Amino acid sequence: MDKVQDNRAWFLIIPVFLIVAFSAVVPLMTVVNYSVQEIFGPGQTFFVGTEWFEAVLKDDRLHDALVRQIIYSLAVLLIEIPLGILIALGMPGGRSAKTSLTLVLLALPLLIPFNVVGTIWQIFGRGDIGLLGATFRAIGIDYNYTNNSAHAWITVLVMDVWHWTSLVALLCYAGLQSIPPAFYQAAKIDGASKWAVFRYIQLPKMRGVLIIAVLLRFMDSFMIYTEPFVLTGGGPGNSTTFLSQYLTQMAVGQFDIGKAAAFSIVYFLIVLLFSFIFYTIITRTGEGEKK
Amino acid sequence: MATIQFDNLGHSYHPHPSKPEDYALRRLSQEWEDGKAYALLGPSGCGKSTLLNIISGLLVPSEGRVLFDGLDVTRCTPEERNIAQVFQFPVIYDTMTVYENLAFPLRNRKVPEADVDRRVRQVAEALDLTADLKKRAQRLTPDAKQKISMGRGLVRSDVAAILFDEPLTVIDPHTKWILRRKLRQIHEEYRLTMIYVTHDQVEALTFADKVAVMYEGAMVQLGTPQELFENPEHTFVGYFIGSPGINLMPCTLGNDHALVDGIAIPLPDRAVPTVGGKFELGIRPEFLELTRSGSAGAIPVQVTGVDDLGTSKLATVRLGSQTLKARLSEEQEIPALDAAIRFPTRWTKLYRDSHLVG
Repeated sequence: MDKVQDNRAWFLIIPVFLIVAFSAVVPLMTVVNYSVQEIFGPGQTFFVGTEWFEAVLKDDRLHDALVRQIIYSLAVLLIEIPLGILIALGMPGGRSAKTSLTLVLLALPLLIPFNVVGTIWQIFGRGDIGLLGATFRAIGIDYNYTNNSAHAWITVLVMDVWHWTSLVALLCYAGLQSIPPAFYQAAKIDGASKWAVFRYIQLPKMRGVLIIAVLLRFMDSFMIYTEPFVLTGGGPGNSTTFLSQYLTQMAVGQFDIGKAAAFSIVYFLIVLLFSFIFYTIITRTGEGEKK
Repeated sequence: MATIQFDNLGHSYHPHPSKPEDYALRRLSQEWEDGKAYALLGPSGCGKSTLLNIISGLLVPSEGRVLFDGLDVTRCTPEERNIAQVFQFPVIYDTMTVYENLAFPLRNRKVPEADVDRRVRQVAEALDLTADLKKRAQRLTPDAKQKISMGRGLVRSDVAAILFDEPLTVIDPHTKWILRRKLRQIHEEYRLTMIYVTHDQVEALTFADKVAVMYEGAMVQLGTPQELFENPEHTFVGYFIGSPGINLMPCTLGNDHALVDGIAIPLPDRAVPTVGGKFELGIRPEFLELTRSGSAGAIPVQVTGVDDLGTSKLATVRLGSQTLKARLSEEQEIPALDAAIRFPTRWTKLYRDSHLVG
């Protein structure tokens, strides 16, 4: 075998390098570049080192937003993952009209654009003309998301659950469908209870899709922007101002490019860190050696 | 352990079966003895898995009844019937250790932990799993996984029957042989009623006391391996069992002989029906005698080929328009020019519409 020594293989890799460079590396480096400079205008930039990062880490409003964000994302996961699994377990299997109908119905919310979802709930929850708001008002509950932080919060959360639980359910459903019938038959013969079937067959077989579901829902909810923006613009007060909201205010509202860039990088690292933690936990619990 | 009875059992996946072809399992009445090893043998789609699932209780038959020790269990769940079943592909509980896997059926039935431990160790010993007991089941090879599946079937000492649905499909040939011996030993030791589904005749014949051959939804013969070989009651049994299968020749009937392409072949003295249906004459290659023409009762043939199989020779001969195979010993001379064959009447079978009549 003659091994040809030349560099033609680079031609195959260069397109990928270019795409990755322009889609990820270059924008990211731009942000890094901004994050270490004070920018007054075109050509008026000064290197400031880590000052922006220090400012970001000391920013109280940012701390509040981060805490709010973490609570929000955890709430989303705690509601959507179990609910999605439950829905998937209850869905009809096999190829029937019932199955197709269920799948289409479940997929519907996923097809609606974010800001439309926000608008739907914004109107739905209005006390004067919205079905939900008016119903609450009629039965004597003073529901008002524009001046009650808890109401605004719950509305954003319910909106997210309504919008995205389907995704979790569909993923879990796919996981469940891949379990061969012999497993259920064997469990029946082994005298396993319904809970044991779930615990020892269905849940372990869903692990792969659950990793994806948890990561997707975490990352998405951690970057939520549109829904609270459409509903109350982050209010009342700062009650639904999550990280993205605050970042946008900083970058676009106050035109604090340097600080916003530093914030972006910290934000990115936080998402990366949490995703890594979730991924590790789920894979470990699945494969860890039992004593 | 239990005696298993089928009473007019039949199953169709169609809601309103009308033709015999609509049945995945055709009418069947039979009794299977307690403590014996049975094999269900047949090609894919012959209804053997349907029958197995009916016995195990995973499928409720559309017609007839299943009785265990005289008790109607047709509508009972596998658990109520106290059945164990091993499936074609290994079914293991991924997150459990091998030990927990084996203990699972017992723990679900609230067996005292001391007994669980004793049984699990016993079964693990029998299946060579002792070294793996503490390992996660998920990490083992397919062989070991299938052993766990089998172990979960064997671990319960009080089962009515253990059902095996082609359990050795995923196992490599060498281990297959060892495991089959193991099962056989376990059977002989505990006298469990075992039912073993397979499409491999060697597996069925070496494992079972009695083999049920299935074909197109019907059980065409239930018998010992010897009976299936010497006296196939259906042309399919003759064809499916034995390698090569039985020689079959379409024929017409004379008084005491059959005519194959105008050549008379003596028939056994048994009562021979002369009317109706399509007649075929069958003889196993092992029983067809090759001699020189001129000897008594010999019919001249043309030898078209000989395959030396090492332990025996397989001669291909032409009789009229028919091609027949004859198995000969290694030493036997094969006459080149004046070959003839003889049909020993004892081994010459007459079939009408595929069923043995004489």
